[in-house]
Amino acid sequence: MMLPLEPYPGGDFHGMMTALKGALVMDLDTKRVEVSGVGIDLVDIGDGPALLYLHGGRGHFGFAPFLQALAKSNRVIAPWLPGFGHSDLPRAYNAIDDLAYFGLDLVDEMKLNDVSVVGAGFGGWVAAEMAIRSTRNLKNLSLIGALGVKFADHLTREIADIHAMLPDQIDRTLYADPDRYRLDTTGMSESDLTAVVRMGEAAVLFGWKPYMHNPRLRRWLHRIDIPTLVLWGEKDAMVSPDYGRQYADAIPGARFEMVAGAGHYPGLEQPDATAALLAGFTAGAA
Amino acid sequence: MKVWHFSEMAYPQAWDEGYQRGTFRVTVPNSHYDPKTGADVYHRHYDEFQLCDELGINIMLNEHHSTLTCTNAAVTVSGSILARITKNVRILLLGTPIANRPDPIRVAEEMAMIDVISRGRLEMGLVKGAPYEIAPANMNPARLMDRFWEAHDLILKAMSTHDGPFNWESENYHYRQVNIWPRPWQQPHPPVWITALSPNSGRAIAERGHVAAALLSGGIAAGMFNAYRERAAEQGWAAPNDRFAYCVLVGVGNTEEEGRRRADQVAGYVRTSPIVSEPFKNPPGYNPVPANVAMLKAGPTQSVARVQTVDGRTIDPTKASVQEFMDSRTVFAGTPDQVFEQIKTFNEEVGGFGHLIIMGQGGTLSYEETCANLKLFADEVMPRLKEIKMPENRYGELAERNAAAGAAD
Repeated sequence: MMLPLEPYPGGDFHGMMTALKGALVMDLDTKRVEVSGVGIDLVDIGDGPALLYLHGGRGHFGFAPFLQALAKSNRVIAPWLPGFGHSDLPRAYNAIDDLAYFGLDLVDEMKLNDVSVVGAGFGGWVAAEMAIRSTRNLKNLSLIGALGVKFADHLTREIADIHAMLPDQIDRTLYADPDRYRLDTTGMSESDLTAVVRMGEAAVLFGWKPYMHNPRLRRWLHRIDIPTLVLWGEKDAMVSPDYGRQYADAIPGARFEMVAGAGHYPGLEQPDATAALLAGFTAGAA
Repeated sequence: MKVWHFSEMAYPQAWDEGYQRGTFRVTVPNSHYDPKTGADVYHRHYDEFQLCDELGINIMLNEHHSTLTCTNAAVTVSGSILARITKNVRILLLGTPIANRPDPIRVAEEMAMIDVISRGRLEMGLVKGAPYEIAPANMNPARLMDRFWEAHDLILKAMSTHDGPFNWESENYHYRQVNIWPRPWQQPHPPVWITALSPNSGRAIAERGHVAAALLSGGIAAGMFNAYRERAAEQGWAAPNDRFAYCVLVGVGNTEEEGRRRADQVAGYVRTSPIVSEPFKNPPGYNPVPANVAMLKAGPTQSVARVQTVDGRTIDPTKASVQEFMDSRTVFAGTPDQVFEQIKTFNEEVGGFGHLIIMGQGGTLSYEETCANLKLFADEVMPRLKEIKMPENRYGELAERNAAAGAAD
């Protein structure tokens, strides 16, 4: 059951979008809904085949152009995951499994039969965790710079430890063009800053240890039995394109493609190119 | 007023490296630590603590990890040694960062052993731990305090249950046969101390009736003690002064100049301790959301946390003078008379406190100087502490009213 709720008093989603600079400023309709018993903010725009987009570690901050581009050919459903932005975080949630089952509940409760699931970064991890559990209502899967898997030995760090980095290093890790795309919190409203802080905390709650991965995920990726596209920013230093290739190799029949001029968030740095690749895949893959 | 002596067992031999790298914690390779020098560091501090045992100064130990400012990485290791080689004074371990420990039952066992070995001289500090302790422990900073209170409950239950085993299966800890041997000497368990910064923490500690300890900032102590007293009164009891502890750097000398010179060397501790590379200062989830929002609003973070003086100035603890540290009540220094007066004034400022933890050694203060510092304090300051009049508990009436109301219920 998905229930429309009262507008969330603390949520200033539009304020958040206008706080972003230059070309990134854009409004998106956001509503407060209840999914799997959790009050969340959700973007639901466009018409066409349903596409569920699961955000990465910076939420939807700066991703409006990308979501708009996707919405040209799809109905785009983009929740703020529990604990991120202003979405509630149930006290009982404490592991990535909770977000995976939450995502599957969302598909069921919104009756998204035959939905394309797209996950980026941290959201890519959630999408993979959903797909190993059930692909019943999923049409296809796209993972963009997805976290979540350990391929290498215990002495090799594949997922950059941004929690041990200075701000400049973090920016160089995440972005091909840090000057243009770093998340700038100067002048943000209290509400947006709260969203930013809560995102950081939620990512840590679900991904501190093991760091941004689930040691069990690798061995169950073979269960993913729907067409899968693995997309990677060629400048991604959070998780390298080589890691992305291994991700694709571990999923039966998955295709790997690179996005030029993008780091960890191709949807942010190359919104049109990324959306076009996804549109081509989701339309043709079924 | 009880007196305690505390030293972090620092390793100043490598401090140049810390300054060069801009951090004294987490990322300085231990190739800069020489175990032979390190052994001397431990032994001299154990000797100092043995001197405390003779002087009647109680002992406090703490622990930090991956750092040049504190080589006591396991409070229970030094605590065990001192439990055996001292005879008289109480031993406060302030403390064990229990939310960073995967196994609270192990903590309960170690504490019970130390309590028994020392024949009931243990005071048990359970602490949240500084934010930069998260990285060495690699425990999740999110929901740290939930874990803290759960571990606290489990440790106290393990110590005070004598008809075990019992079962404990919760979000964070899973045991099916809890039954610790030995059980502690003190019943139901050794006194519990908790360090705190905020008034909210003061209230939480008051709800459990433990000793609340403030460190190195008069402003923090005053606010936190006040919140504790108020919360205690709301619950119908007047918090006695033995619920409050304050840790301060002390340099006492035969002349004012000598006292201040000693304090200046001890202050090497506060001048290095806050120098931590940016990423480890405030991991997400360690501080509450509103506090982090306020920090973001304030813009790029200052490289170190500032300290407030009593008249509202902010000082940089990495560079502050002895006088500035005296103004923030981080340091008491001078002749015995002057130090006594400073303790008396501070006692008024915070509404009374029962435990004075002096850091009589810190930074580069040598063994000989430390012994002289401690002896002078024990001979000339300590005997006079009983002269200090305790202020009236401003929440005394509220406590009485609530106690009466509670009794009438």
